[in-house]
Amino acid sequence: MRYLTDRKRAEGLGSAKSGVHHHWSMIVSSVALLALIPLFIFTFGSILGSDHAEVAAYFARPFPAIVAALTLVVGAKHFVGGFQVMIEDYMHGTPQKVVLILMTCISYAAVAVGLFALARLAF
Amino acid sequence: MADVDRGNRPLSPHIAIYRPQLTSITSILTRITGNALIVAMLLVVWWLAAAAASPEAFGWADAVITSWFGDLVMLLSLWAVWYHTLAGIRHLIWDTGSMLDIGRAEMLGWICVFGSVVLTILTVIII
Repeated sequence: MRYLTDRKRAEGLGSAKSGVHHHWSMIVSSVALLALIPLFIFTFGSILGSDHAEVAAYFARPFPAIVAALTLVVGAKHFVGGFQVMIEDYMHGTPQKVVLILMTCISYAAVAVGLFALARLAF
Repeated sequence: MADVDRGNRPLSPHIAIYRPQLTSITSILTRITGNALIVAMLLVVWWLAAAAASPEAFGWADAVITSWFGDLVMLLSLWAVWYHTLAGIRHLIWDTGSMLDIGRAEMLGWICVFGSVVLTILTVIII
C-alpha cells in the first residue's frame, strides 16, 4: 500500500521546478482585458470618425483617456505574451530570439507613443 | 530505447493528416485573431499620436483609418477582438477543469463563432 498521494509524489519533480508563470500572467492580463476591452470598444468606437477638435476634447476627459491608457498597457503585455507562444511554436534558435526581442521592443514603443499622445491630448 | 510495445497505442494527432474539427479550427482562430489584433493596436496608436501631433497629421491618419479599407480593417478587428474575448473566456472556463468533454467543448466553440458575429453586429448598431 502506498502512503504517498499522487500529488506528494509528483511535487517538485518538474523539469525546471517552475513554469506556470507565463500562463498565469496571461490569465491575469486576460481577466483585466475582459473588463477593459468592452469599455475601450465603446469609448474609442464612439469617437472614431469625429473631427480633430472633437477627438482632442474627448480624450481630454479622464474616463476615455484612462480606459485607452489601461487597455494599451495591459493589451501590449498580453500581445507580447501571446505572440511569444506563437513564435515559440513556429520559429527556433536565433531567428526566434531576434523576432521575440523585436516584438517586445515594438510593443514598448507603442506603449510609450500611445501614452505620450494621450497625455498630450489630456493636458 | 527500443520501441518494443508497438501495439494498438493511440498516436498523437499529426496536423497534416488530422481532420479539421470545430475545436481545432476555433483554437487556431484564437491565435490568428489575437496576433492580427497587434496590427489594430499599432493603427490605433498611430491615430492617437497623429491626434496629439497636429490637426493636419490627424486628418491624414483619420482618412486612412476611416477609408473603405480602413473601415474593413476596423470591422474585422472588431470581430477579431470579440472572438478572441469569447475564446479567452472559454479558456478561463477550461482552466478550472470544467466543460472539457467533447459535447460542451464544441458548444463553447459555436458560442465563440456565433457570439462574436452577434456582438460585432450589435456593436456596429450601437456605435
